[in-house]
Amino acid sequence: MSLEVLWFVLIAVLWSGFLFLEGFDFGVGILQLILGKNERERRTYISSIGPHWDGNEVWLITAGGAMFAAFPSWYASFFSALYLPFVLLLLALIVRGVSFEIRHRAEDFSKSRFACDVALAASSFLSALLIGVAMANLAIGIPIENGNFTGTFFDLVKPYALLGGVLGVSLFLTNGALFLTLKIEGELQERAYRFSKIFVAASVVLFAIATILAWRQSIICIASFALILAAAILVFKQYSKIAFILVALCTACSVAALFSALFPNVLVSSVSPEHSLTVFNSASSAYTLKLMSIVAAIFLPVVLAYQTWSYYVFRKRISPRNANTEV
Amino acid sequence: MEDIIFLSRLQFAITTVYHFLFVPLTIGLGLFIAIWETMAYRSGNSDDERVSRFWGRLFLLNFAAGVVTGIVLEFQFGMNWAEYSRFVGDVFGVPLALEALLAFFIESTFLGLWMFGRNILPRGIHLMCIWLVVAASCVSALWILIANSFMQNPVGFVFNNGRAEMVDFWALASNPYFLHQFPHVLAASVCTAAFFILGISAWKIKQDSNDTHLFERTFKFALFMGFIGVVAVALSGHLQGQSVAKLQPMKMAAMENLKETADPAPLSILPGIEIPALLSVMVHNKSSGEVKGIEELQKVFEARYGLGNYVPPVWISYFSFRAMVGSSLAMMFFVFYGIFWFVILKKKMHGKILMLMTAGISLPYLANTTGWLIAETGRQPWIVYGYMPTDKAVSAGISSGNVIFSLIAFTIVYMILAVITFLFMRREVIRGCVERRITGKNPAITA
Repeated sequence: MSLEVLWFVLIAVLWSGFLFLEGFDFGVGILQLILGKNERERRTYISSIGPHWDGNEVWLITAGGAMFAAFPSWYASFFSALYLPFVLLLLALIVRGVSFEIRHRAEDFSKSRFACDVALAASSFLSALLIGVAMANLAIGIPIENGNFTGTFFDLVKPYALLGGVLGVSLFLTNGALFLTLKIEGELQERAYRFSKIFVAASVVLFAIATILAWRQSIICIASFALILAAAILVFKQYSKIAFILVALCTACSVAALFSALFPNVLVSSVSPEHSLTVFNSASSAYTLKLMSIVAAIFLPVVLAYQTWSYYVFRKRISPRNANTEV
Repeated sequence: MEDIIFLSRLQFAITTVYHFLFVPLTIGLGLFIAIWETMAYRSGNSDDERVSRFWGRLFLLNFAAGVVTGIVLEFQFGMNWAEYSRFVGDVFGVPLALEALLAFFIESTFLGLWMFGRNILPRGIHLMCIWLVVAASCVSALWILIANSFMQNPVGFVFNNGRAEMVDFWALASNPYFLHQFPHVLAASVCTAAFFILGISAWKIKQDSNDTHLFERTFKFALFMGFIGVVAVALSGHLQGQSVAKLQPMKMAAMENLKETADPAPLSILPGIEIPALLSVMVHNKSSGEVKGIEELQKVFEARYGLGNYVPPVWISYFSFRAMVGSSLAMMFFVFYGIFWFVILKKKMHGKILMLMTAGISLPYLANTTGWLIAETGRQPWIVYGYMPTDKAVSAGISSGNVIFSLIAFTIVYMILAVITFLFMRREVIRGCVERRITGKNPAITA
């Protein structure tokens, strides 16, 4: 495998990591407002991701940074073409990150806390939607010529892109509800479980539509549908843990479907194929890719190890009684 | 196109300056907290823990604002500066990616462990977490400054395929510009935290509540650290100035508004007030020595790159430099006075001096901001010094409407964020070292 292809695969891995990890914390961010009936319940739900959400978000920053370093033209064209969606995403991520911290600092049961909860839910929803839209645009291609965007905002919010957004929200909600089922105990867990059934069913339907409409159908496309279907069956049979793993695999598989359909392109021009960016014409030099490969080979496993350890440290199930652990 | 360039530059300036309000405090205050946590760990004294927890709460508010405004910067290169990203991604993208991989992951994961793991983790491991956060924040500064130094003094690359391609990573990592800039930024971070702590402690001492003794301790320690900080800032600043004179003579000339080449060169204190030969002393460590002026340098640039204006906005460089040095001198005065009065003479601080110390929190922020204004506007009209002009770097696929929208949106959200962060910090300060009590009705318990 050439270095360019290796980095194409690695970027897919980084996006998968981001979509899975931040996926459930986007989901929890939305669900706390739907499931939590009062401040204490919402706090319980939020504290399941309290120590983790920031580390999860670094996967996005790393995916962006890796695109910049390994495929500068891809990074430049994709980020400038999706200018407005990314502005909105950044604003949502700002609101989201701050609402976690302000929530801690606000008085218990205060209006500020409720405002933070609403802000968290709204920003998580918007982030999830926009990430889905961005991924769908990557799949179907956008109007670019010589690397520069020639369309308007409305070229980015076509029905298929919006379907991608809704699919993202639904998958993240499923992921989040299952995560809560595994992390919370008592009545609040029951509630999360009930909702995981609704969302996983919705995800199956949306995946079915997306698979049928897919811009390029492939075995991997169908595999992701099979995975979400299997996850749904397991959810209804109360095997939440395995279902959670299957949803993770489904996320990775969907990214794999997207990236393998793209290959050897990285950004498809909807104007003309000759304007599409490919793995080879947008990659960095061999020296840079080699350097990055060495660093990633050493440190990515280390990152995975300590992030896994941090989940292990906070493995205890949370209930409203023990949810108040702050500095 | 002109307006897109202008708006994108303005947006980058606003978002970067704003982001850097939080960064030095994160680095510096993290160090203080790690030291206090270590003291609490060794003594087992609950006072030490109360101190580190109090400052920890302020640290976390500041950290959150720093993190969320940082993501904007990374994305902005691609969004607004696509041509730049294409041109330098092979070189410049690497430190950015490494920053995420080698610093941000550690910072975020171990901060989460530190925040929520106090009663779960063994005490030694918990202590290690905060030290890892501090180390990672320094590593993060290291990578981003390596990236910035490439823009200032491009090294370790060749032109190939119409872009800059990295050929020597070690040249990039040992860029002389970086080697001078990194210590200066770290010293400035220590100063920022020291003055933040001095100012807040002074305010709390003046209020005289039942935790005054704890704030007297932090006041004294911040004086000590502030002393190290201001001395280090001055020394590293001096060396950086000399390095700038060598690597970017135009930036130096703009900082001094030195129109004509002079030997010996005078130092301008304020417009119209000059000290003969002092600039030569600062640049060459001796009373004679040539310092090139703007007009001569303009001709040199024209001969090398063709007709054009190669002079950065002089008034920004000139007044920023005076503001930076002036506020640093004021910081020195505060620290020396405080040490003399409070530590050596062991006298109580006067109310007025305490109030001045609180106002002094603004000094490092002024110095940090103006320092970056010098560094970044003094590099103009280049985005990559000598290789790529700023006006060739902007994205071609965005419209001015897009950028106006984002500029307004970021500015409004940042203003709200500033107010919220300030109000909540103020509340924590008013509460002081008191541990949290649950207030209000608890519906879950009554239900």
